[in-house]
Amino acid sequence: MPAEALQDLADYIAEKLEGEVTGTSFMKDELVIHAHAENIVSVMQFLRDDKECQFHILVDICGVDYPERTKRFEIVYNLLSMRQNNRARVKISAAENEIVPSVTSVFSSAGWFEREAWDMYGVPFSGNPDLRRILTDYGFEGHPQRKDFPLTGYVELRYNEELKRVVYEPVKLAQDYRNFDYVSPWEGMTDIQLPGDEKGTIPPHGWTDTKKGRAKNAAS
Amino acid sequence: MPLRNTIETPDVEISEETQIKPFTMNFGPQHPAAHGVLRLVLEMEGEVVERADPHIGLLHRGTEKLIEYKTYTQALPYFDRLDYVAPMNQEHAFALATEKLLGITVPRRAQYIRVLYAELGRILNHLLNITTFALDVGALTPALWGFEEREKGMEFYERICGARLHANYFRPGGVARDMPAGLAEDMMAWCEALPDYIADIESLLTENRIFKQRTVDIGVVTTEEAQDWGFSGPMLRASNVPWDLRKSQPYDAYEEMDFDIPVGKTGDCYARYLVRMAEIYESLKIMKQCLEKMPEGYVKANDYKVTPPPRAEMKSLMEALIHHFKLYTEGYHVPAGETYTAVEAPKGEFAVYLVSDGSNKPYRCRIRAPGFAHLQALDFMSKGHQLADSVAIIGSLDIVFGEIDR
Repeated sequence: MPAEALQDLADYIAEKLEGEVTGTSFMKDELVIHAHAENIVSVMQFLRDDKECQFHILVDICGVDYPERTKRFEIVYNLLSMRQNNRARVKISAAENEIVPSVTSVFSSAGWFEREAWDMYGVPFSGNPDLRRILTDYGFEGHPQRKDFPLTGYVELRYNEELKRVVYEPVKLAQDYRNFDYVSPWEGMTDIQLPGDEKGTIPPHGWTDTKKGRAKNAAS
Repeated sequence: MPLRNTIETPDVEISEETQIKPFTMNFGPQHPAAHGVLRLVLEMEGEVVERADPHIGLLHRGTEKLIEYKTYTQALPYFDRLDYVAPMNQEHAFALATEKLLGITVPRRAQYIRVLYAELGRILNHLLNITTFALDVGALTPALWGFEEREKGMEFYERICGARLHANYFRPGGVARDMPAGLAEDMMAWCEALPDYIADIESLLTENRIFKQRTVDIGVVTTEEAQDWGFSGPMLRASNVPWDLRKSQPYDAYEEMDFDIPVGKTGDCYARYLVRMAEIYESLKIMKQCLEKMPEGYVKANDYKVTPPPRAEMKSLMEALIHHFKLYTEGYHVPAGETYTAVEAPKGEFAVYLVSDGSNKPYRCRIRAPGFAHLQALDFMSKGHQLADSVAIIGSLDIVFGEIDR
């Protein structure tokens, strides 16, 4: 879809759904619609049924975890319109334990995707008829895709010969998990601040450039 | 046709004591017709399935979590292990997503090699699915014939990347290495020979009375239902939706290829089989065009900040050595941003939703597997069918647990 037409569509959606969406933006030419969590059902209903939008397929729902935000979870809905050959992404934010309305009434495909988001991030969806865990083990505890969940997990299982069954035990690593971090200020890298970099920056006051013999930054 | 509508309850008085509750049956996770580790809890009313509840996750390896702890280079091989039937098609999605965030373009020769191997992957996938599907409904011979051809196709994988399955070949910025001498000719010969073998398999199945009895009008999905349940790929096309990402949102060299999109009319298991069968011929067409029009040139983007320098240069140039060292330890940094990039994998729309925070590791890498959405629909597809029909439906879904469980 050409960029102008997509921009028109974004303006149209922002106008029609005023109050329900907080705005639209473009990320790498991809349309992103930011919505309030409590309005997600009506927003999705509109995007599916409106003549200008016709996003008939809900391709995917996934969560993203940003622990530093007050509303740490972002739920991302990816939509596809085959009629317009167009994609859109709807984003909502949810705090921990905040209940998000389920969109299973609009798209049947949302069922398992919401189950997965619940399983991986612990975002509860109200109205989902079958909100069980989906990918993790029976009786699993915790939500593994959260950023504060360790990569190794908490339990490991093995077959116990005496009990003749599989038992869960706390993870015991023969060697500590090593997360190699090679980040360096290599040229061509994006602007990243590394430990020690602050020594290279010019302090704001009281520093004299000895070569030129005058106070730098004195004016500022 | 769903049987529930045709069976009438007999007018016999059934007392409280003899009333039979729906019979719950466990199917899998170790069952040849489950296509992997699918555990299916079926609620049966006699022979008729009332409710099918797939329990998945037995092959869950936490790929998405692992990728968050790996550099972009290290993340790529995980994609081979998703849908291990057509590994390179998965890599394609990740490579395209990373390239989009990096803002680099791939040389034309690399694009052609990618398309060539993506189509080879499609043929490998469809050969496996059609033959095992036939096996599920009682035909043994197609599997024997089809796997021989499939093995020849896998040899082309081996010749280009050294591995039959876990290729790690499509890299962001191009492909890992150029095609060895003689490979193009051998591939062309295989493309010329394959239609005869496919026609043999087709002659065993397409007009086979038993095969048609088992598949026609089984698991019918209407156009609306297919869209509602998020279907893609051959599952969607069998329900009369002419939609293919290779045509509608072309990536790499697909724009220059001439091919058709087979569409099924009826949306049943038989239509899905026919669509896949026709797609093999279309893929062969694309492969031949790739081989004929294959341009000369580099197979990697000429940017040593992303792609490694040639080995010969590393022996003489210090910069090349530094670049190589940095690429294989730290990796490249991807500018902050996010993208949802989809490819037409053999099973449907395979997509990667990649969120980068500007570091050398993905902040979030969501993998959208087509099989996940398809398996979800198994419940409504098999409702009212017999138990044996649910096996046919699973076969026609084309599920591989590597990608569903991730």
